[in-house]
Amino acid sequence: MNSLAMRGSLLSLVFLVVMLGLWELATATSGGGGTAELSEYELLMGGAGDEGVARVPPPSAVISHAIAELANPFYDNGPNDKGIGIQLAYSIYRVITGYSMALAVALPLGFVIGMSPLMYKALNPYIQVLRPISPLAWMPLALFIIQDSERSAIFVIFICSIWPMLLNTAFGVANVRQDWINVARTHELGPLRTAVTVILPAAAPTILTGMRISIGIAWLVIVAAEMLVGGTGIGYYVWNEWNNLDLASVIFSILMIGVVGMLLDMALGRAQRLVEFKE
Amino acid sequence: MSKPFLEVDNLAKVFADGQGGELTVFDEVSFALNKGEFVCIIGHSGCGKSTILNVLAGLDEASKGNVIMNGKEVSGPSLERGVVFQNYSLLPWMTALKNIMFGVRARWPGWSREQVRTHSERYLTMVGLDKAMHRKPSQLSGGMRQRVSIARAFATQPELLLLDEPFGALDALTRGVIQDELVKIWSETQQTVFMITHDVDEAILLSDRIFLMSNGPHARIAESVKVNINRPRSRATIFQDPAYHRVRDYLVDFLVNRSGTATPDTQGKPRVVDPTLLPPVSPQRPAEASACEESNTESAARAVNA
Repeated sequence: MNSLAMRGSLLSLVFLVVMLGLWELATATSGGGGTAELSEYELLMGGAGDEGVARVPPPSAVISHAIAELANPFYDNGPNDKGIGIQLAYSIYRVITGYSMALAVALPLGFVIGMSPLMYKALNPYIQVLRPISPLAWMPLALFIIQDSERSAIFVIFICSIWPMLLNTAFGVANVRQDWINVARTHELGPLRTAVTVILPAAAPTILTGMRISIGIAWLVIVAAEMLVGGTGIGYYVWNEWNNLDLASVIFSILMIGVVGMLLDMALGRAQRLVEFKE
Repeated sequence: MSKPFLEVDNLAKVFADGQGGELTVFDEVSFALNKGEFVCIIGHSGCGKSTILNVLAGLDEASKGNVIMNGKEVSGPSLERGVVFQNYSLLPWMTALKNIMFGVRARWPGWSREQVRTHSERYLTMVGLDKAMHRKPSQLSGGMRQRVSIARAFATQPELLLLDEPFGALDALTRGVIQDELVKIWSETQQTVFMITHDVDEAILLSDRIFLMSNGPHARIAESVKVNINRPRSRATIFQDPAYHRVRDYLVDFLVNRSGTATPDTQGKPRVVDPTLLPPVSPQRPAEASACEESNTESAARAVNA
């Protein structure tokens, strides 16, 4: 009971209960004055009386909604009504596809930049200009060139996740200890074998850090991208539920975005621990 | 006289001094090593010992001069020249065994996995690490790491082994133990070894000859001191040998009094010195001087032959 981890989780639980309690209380009181005149907006929404007043749902409503959704996450009742699992699967698929493509480009390119000061000098200006561009700014161009909203979303993920991986790979490769390179040299390893057997493991922790940053960014961006392109995915789902004014669904999906993002990060955190080494 | 195994001719290294000028660390360094010899090089810091070793290894390039091993010019690193670095340079993500297998596999790419493993284990056992072979370098003490590093170098069976102050970072006790192991492996394999050290006793224990470098800049290998002490030598008994004190006094005298002014002979080759043939440097040891009279005649003959 007195271990730090135990006390930490206990305190977390206390915070949760307090927060949910405050939330519940706040939403309960605001619904009190239902007799007031309906605003134009409420009239538009077809609301009459208490029932139709749009307000932030209490946590109890969100939780019961979440239980119902999670009980059947993969139902599919047409384009406007799919289970949360299907929507998340679409988003994850897009993130993984765009992210893998970015990795496939960033890793070899990062090696080239990291191993050759000349290439670093030649490519660095482009990287510095392209890197700060908001990934969504690419969207119109992507839509025009690719002519496919699905692939455009994947392209946006590609373009936003490539930079941290590229820069971290280049940095990791460039900063491999000269001693280890000398070991490879005295053992007459060729450039390719040196890259695979010495530089890659030596730079792996740095590369994984870049990959972890990238997956976080990709998950941030996919929500916004899907709000734009629509159709499927968790970003579209949030926006669609907002249009439906189903705030319980909105809050639930926000939480799900957080949970999936955390899981993605944890997965890469695991991978990072696998390649870490102590000197 | 047949051509020596390794010939270093007129080597020099010039660095930019950072103020637009040049700094010649060492200059006109010439020497030769015979096959199977154990040679140590001693000199004050900054005389370029490590640079010479790196040039021999092919990791660094000399500004002038050349190195010829087995009739071939040294250009770039090679498996024929194994290096043990002062900071061990083990790959930290591999276990001790994997580190050695890394070297063995590079040396004999055609070997089966089993062959590589057996060979590597044999060398790890030689340095007494058979029980720690699955540990990573971070889980080994400094002494154990250096043993792995030595095992890796010997396991690839290079024709020339270059040791850059391999025991510099170790405590005296550990150093002694590994010195004994080094002597043991060396006497089994009879490889040619070129080693940098700052430790006079270590040099006497291990070497056939000791190169003495004058101070930089423009450092030279001024003298080549013969260590006329019979093998096998042991740390525990070597100091009882009168020749040991003659050599030791000579080395210390050089390092303290003469390293600033000493020069090689007129042809740029190190002056060959056998301290046991010289009159004693320190007069407080007359008894020892007479005690080694007998071996003196023998070594005098050898000195003439050389």
